[in-house]
Amino acid sequence: MLISKQAAMALAVAQALWCAPVLAVSDNDLNELRDQLRQLRQQYEQRIDALEKRLQQAEQSAAQAKSDATKAADAANTAQASADQATAQASSKPASEGAFNPAVSLILNGTYGNLSRDPNAYRINGFVPTQGEIAPPARSFSLGESELAISANIDHYFRGSLNASLAPDNTLEVEEANIQTLGLSNGFTLKAGRFFSAIGYQNEVHAHAWDFTDAPLANKVFLGNQFADDGVQFKWLAPTDLYLDAGVELGRGRRFPGGPDGGRSKNGVGAANLFAHLGGDLNDSTAWKLGLSNLRTRAEDRSYSDFDSTGTTVTNAFSGTSSLWALSGVLKWSPNGNATERNFKLQGEYFRHNENGSLTYDSTAASLGPQSGGYASRQSGWYLQGVYQFMPQWRVGYRYDRLDSGSTRIGLVDSGALSAADFPLLAGYNPTRNTIMVDWSGSEFSRLRLQLAQDRARLGAIDNQVFLQYIVSLGAHGAHQF
Amino acid sequence: MRIKFQWSALLCAAAALFAALPAAAAINVFACEPEWASLTTEIAGDKAQVYAATTASQDVHHIEARPSLIARIRSADLLVCSGAELEVGWLPVLLTQSGNARIQPGAPGYLEASQYVRRLEIPKVIDRSLGDIHPGGNPHIHTDPRNIAKVAGVLTERLAQIDAANAQTYRVRGKDFLERWRAAIQRWEARAAPLKGMPIVVHHKEWTYLENWLGLRELGTLEPKPGVPPTPGHLAELVAALQRDPARAVIYAPYNDPSAARFLSQRAGIPAVALPYTVGGSAKAKDLFGLFDDTLDKLLAIPAK
Repeated sequence: MLISKQAAMALAVAQALWCAPVLAVSDNDLNELRDQLRQLRQQYEQRIDALEKRLQQAEQSAAQAKSDATKAADAANTAQASADQATAQASSKPASEGAFNPAVSLILNGTYGNLSRDPNAYRINGFVPTQGEIAPPARSFSLGESELAISANIDHYFRGSLNASLAPDNTLEVEEANIQTLGLSNGFTLKAGRFFSAIGYQNEVHAHAWDFTDAPLANKVFLGNQFADDGVQFKWLAPTDLYLDAGVELGRGRRFPGGPDGGRSKNGVGAANLFAHLGGDLNDSTAWKLGLSNLRTRAEDRSYSDFDSTGTTVTNAFSGTSSLWALSGVLKWSPNGNATERNFKLQGEYFRHNENGSLTYDSTAASLGPQSGGYASRQSGWYLQGVYQFMPQWRVGYRYDRLDSGSTRIGLVDSGALSAADFPLLAGYNPTRNTIMVDWSGSEFSRLRLQLAQDRARLGAIDNQVFLQYIVSLGAHGAHQF
Repeated sequence: MRIKFQWSALLCAAAALFAALPAAAAINVFACEPEWASLTTEIAGDKAQVYAATTASQDVHHIEARPSLIARIRSADLLVCSGAELEVGWLPVLLTQSGNARIQPGAPGYLEASQYVRRLEIPKVIDRSLGDIHPGGNPHIHTDPRNIAKVAGVLTERLAQIDAANAQTYRVRGKDFLERWRAAIQRWEARAAPLKGMPIVVHHKEWTYLENWLGLRELGTLEPKPGVPPTPGHLAELVAALQRDPARAVIYAPYNDPSAARFLSQRAGIPAVALPYTVGGSAKAKDLFGLFDDTLDKLLAIPAK
């Protein structure tokens, strides 16, 4: 096919030269072309080899095609070769300023929701509200967050990327904006700016790449849906065939479990996360990764709203230390490592959250007036999910969520100053949720999903949820982490 | 306090692992595809430890950025990949996570084979509605052995640059390989003469360079668009088209789902032929020479109409 294309091109050029008087192609032009060829020959020995071969080929085809063209064939071939080279160069080195534009991609997503309970009043009983966006998508039609991602190498030292989220209520949020080193060797990388913390597995994954419409309950109560801090991350990758990395993140603690929202006004480090991952292949078909991390932070006046025993909305505030452990595991299977036809992904995480400090009741004096006492909680939660692609484009998935509110000691209740009814949100409860989904991917860039969930996050109330969702990505081809 | 304790423990562990590193004698080469692993072994012999990131049974467009790949790329001195965006879905993740400056784009340790050959099918129009097209042209360059010869020259010089102490070895072995390779190409071209003009249908456009080399005539693809799985409607159209202009075989790679090729084979009454595609793609394709020997064996075995 290409040979005929080449011949056609040679013919075209040959004909153009054959009609030389009309087109006013002078001997000078031909000489110039020959000069160029000569120069190229001197400079690029290898290229000339290829060029000569093509020259011969085209010569033959040109000779076959038209005897009239033979005289011009040589020059035509030269012209064609230079044209080829010019094309190749043009395609690899565009001359415009835009050549250095960063990779831009845009994620659009929208849902139709049908929920038996009002998502505006969503809460997860037994756990301190996080101020994060933990509510499920709204009833009826709603636009999800549109994500704009821009990234490029800055120079040979750094790579920069921005991930902005355009919320349907017309607000803009910077989800991630960071620079990362390229030039460090020996397995070291340094990241600075705002980034999704390497605590657990799902927290680092962008929402559009999640296998379900919403986050696991554990991520909602312990990380406020998704924890991104402002700070630095220092990571080291071991020089072993078995994957092993370890790192530390130092940040300001601008979000739950730190606080107040936005972080304290204090020099130094407000939150520290230590993490390590281990991973490898079991065989050609199965790969795995385990992670362990510990996020420590100190919250100051981290406030939330509750109804006290008089039925008044009060603002309570926690101050103290917070330690969150996360153990995560991912296993991916595909026949002989070829995920195109069929594949399976098993993912699970276990969180343990301990907080110690003091709890101030009614800090804004809206009801019985501010009172403070000790506070200690030991809580945990986990989820396990499996997603199976049973044929190209089609996947089904199931997820089970379970939280344990554990033992929460409230000093004001223990001392008898207030009753447990003044802290209804903190009353012991173990929320659970069952979720199933099926999705269809038109290509790597589009996905339609149906998700059904039975959510028992609220004490004594079952929320049956149905979501229809589309997620698409425009622009640069994103590469996804394991 | 506890945080500090853990940090120091971590640093100690890191230092210990560092100290335990053995001084590597051979250079580490990370090849994205088996064909480049095989070529590197031909040229470098035991001077390089070559790791093939993928196998013939994997679709290189869709590879998971597995931890094992990140662990290997971290220690690589040289990266040899097809490029032209073939690995765009996974290689960038490996590169940013590698913590390895030697193999970043632009460094001597980064070799994109497709940059050194004349790429075919550079699209005039770039739009995602056209399927998974590659703006840089068709990336499956190794199905033409003349391209492998070109890459061999570049690879030899690159090895010599990275590992100057063994430069002589690479050049001698590289020259030897090229002599054997050029002789083999002559042999293959002589054998393949009867294949010129043979009409075929392919699963995916991974045979463009092979077709160009042997003068095969591609009548259509099982995929309605590059990267889009075959649909019943498209296959029916293909069957109808083949009644007017019959093909002699339908060609697919080891990683393609053979069901579409078999369907067409039955309907159109032409054989479905699995070519090895790359090293390891068949029992005989143990190295690059075996790859093309077997490819020609299988093509020549297709009965004439």
